[in-house]
Amino acid sequence: MQNPQLTNDGELKHLLSIEGLPKRILNQILDTAESFVGVAEREVKKVPLLRGKTVCNLFFENSTRTRTTFEIAAKRLSADVITLNVSTSSQSKGETILDTIDNLTAMHADMFVVRHAQSGAAHMIAKHVAPHISVINAGDGRHAHPTQGLLDVFTIRKYKPEMHNLRVAIVGDVLHSRVARSEIHALTTLGVPEVRVIAPKTLLPQDVEKLGVHVFHDMKEGLKDVDVVMMLRLQNERMAGAMLPSSQEYFKTYGLTPEKLALAKPDAIVMHPGPMNRGVEIDSAVADGSQSVILPQVTYGIAVRMAVMSILAGN
Amino acid sequence: MKIHIKNGHLIDPKNGIDAKQDLYIAAGKIASIGKVPEGFVANQTIDATDLIIIPGLVDLSARLREPGFEHKATLESEMLAAAAGGVTSLACPPDTDPVLDEPGLVEMLKHRAKQLNQAHVYPLGALTHQLAGKEITEMCELSEAGCVGFSQADVAIKDTQVLWRAMQYAATFGFTVWLRPEEPYLAKDGVAHDGEVAARLGLKGIPTAAETLAIASILRIAKETGAKVHLCRLSTSEGVEMVRAAKKTGQQVTCDVSANHLHLTDFDIGYFDANTHLKPPVRSQRDKTALSNGLADGTIDAICSDHTPVDDDAKLYPFAEAEAGATGLELLLPLTLKWAEDNKLKLSDAIKHITQVPANILGVAAGDLSVNASADVCVFDPKKYWKIEPKALLSQGKNTPFLGLELAGKVKYTLVNGHVVHG
Repeated sequence: MQNPQLTNDGELKHLLSIEGLPKRILNQILDTAESFVGVAEREVKKVPLLRGKTVCNLFFENSTRTRTTFEIAAKRLSADVITLNVSTSSQSKGETILDTIDNLTAMHADMFVVRHAQSGAAHMIAKHVAPHISVINAGDGRHAHPTQGLLDVFTIRKYKPEMHNLRVAIVGDVLHSRVARSEIHALTTLGVPEVRVIAPKTLLPQDVEKLGVHVFHDMKEGLKDVDVVMMLRLQNERMAGAMLPSSQEYFKTYGLTPEKLALAKPDAIVMHPGPMNRGVEIDSAVADGSQSVILPQVTYGIAVRMAVMSILAGN
Repeated sequence: MKIHIKNGHLIDPKNGIDAKQDLYIAAGKIASIGKVPEGFVANQTIDATDLIIIPGLVDLSARLREPGFEHKATLESEMLAAAAGGVTSLACPPDTDPVLDEPGLVEMLKHRAKQLNQAHVYPLGALTHQLAGKEITEMCELSEAGCVGFSQADVAIKDTQVLWRAMQYAATFGFTVWLRPEEPYLAKDGVAHDGEVAARLGLKGIPTAAETLAIASILRIAKETGAKVHLCRLSTSEGVEMVRAAKKTGQQVTCDVSANHLHLTDFDIGYFDANTHLKPPVRSQRDKTALSNGLADGTIDAICSDHTPVDDDAKLYPFAEAEAGATGLELLLPLTLKWAEDNKLKLSDAIKHITQVPANILGVAAGDLSVNASADVCVFDPKKYWKIEPKALLSQGKNTPFLGLELAGKVKYTLVNGHVVHG
């Protein structure tokens, strides 16, 4: 089965998922991102790599951070950017996703950045678009959020360059998390030897260990001697689905407090994809503490998204 | 009309025939096998050299989509598909719109099908009104109108008291209750087997326990009430084991598997191929092997096509939102042949699962080539490979997980009541 993200020559055509991407391409994106980190510090925060191209942000599901960083990234590359919150426009009028895509293609869009509540939406769109168009998955259901996974490993690489010697723990609602899935694939592809997931059984997918992770249910055991702690956001609706009794009990068992963090290596870094629920999955003292790299993640997110767009545009 | 089918290899599992034999048909019935009946002069001779002659296929589940879903398929289109697939008798589930819960609707469907003069259509009536799982239907009336059993299609009854009563009532009159075992709460919103692939793709899983729990309740209630039960579309290894155990104790239960599930696993979902979105979900390799073994050892009685034509538009959604189902009437024979070949089984041992055995489950006179039986016959070329693609299919539904595959087994002639409906 051909990987729909790659051209026949093995180059990146769409970015739909980290799974199935070779290490070479991940490193190409990360190295390119490195060169874009400095752009934000210039007086003129622009490079002309996407001049004359139209990037269309299609958000079938709400987002602030991801949408904004994609917009900034495209603008810094000098692209024309349109952002559509489709959840509030055509979808409510009954238009199908593919009709929306066809209309925007007729307006000569070159790249689609897509977020959708259903797993597989980006794959479906990529299968359908004209050959000159690239699709970037900005989050599809529980499946994937590849630019988040990339910006996370970019951040890790910045602070812990020895990827081959790391122990990383991902904590929280792995079951519903596209971020966790992309992080797991990015970390394992880049050769991180030990990736752990820590969560109650209700928040882990069946057979999750087949994704190449070690499963822990006890935070204290799972955090022992890790170099990186990646927290996941806990959605409030999990309580209604009988997956958890209360946010208080969750915080007590799986919330990251300074005491629990002390079990990790002393120089461990703490990450979170945002938006954070302070006092639910993470204590403010940790979120704002010296080991937190949560805001740098956001900054690097722009560079990583610039890198992805620039590579897809053929630069 | 007298037809002579000559030089073919005839397989009739019921009568234990597996040999080169000529078939003689007169007045819509099988007149003789092997020797020419006295005074027989054929109006038509079919040369079946290198071809195989079998009873017309009996399919335990084919959605014809009428009434209500004519944009997906019509009786006309699907009866042509049945003929092209060698299917001469089929049972259709009651999940039409309106639901087959009134005698008038059943009579109309039977009448329309009869007018087309092709495959015999045996409707399954709804077990409960609107399939809502609350009130039982007028089963006696529906039976008189032509229903051969009562089913909930894909809608499970949540209230076990209703299930109990429905089975009691059906048992009173000896009607068979057809149920697809799926516990609705555990299966809620699920679209894929709860395993590694669902974990990777971020699809909501349906655990094995959704099937085993349902089988446990159904078998228990059936035993207590004395109802005859047919379990539809087994999908799990554990489910097969439970049926095997029940049969060992002598419980009266039959079951089927869809041809899709004999060949597919969750890995075939690939990159969210909506054509593999089926009910029940395709499961693991271990489950697939267990289904295959269960069929071979007789635990599973029949193979059905689970024909569910879906319009192209309904598949153009992300996996979970795409409508479940695949076209199947034209694939039942080739997929059964492939199963036989993959498992090195005698052809006749495979053919019985799509002829004699399902006919017994339906309780209709079909699925064999006995003298004086209705001349429902399928003549096919076992060596002819054909590519599964939209233009090769007569069904209005063009969606199947097997698109692009080449399968052996092409139907050359289909006869219903002694007249040629395909070929």
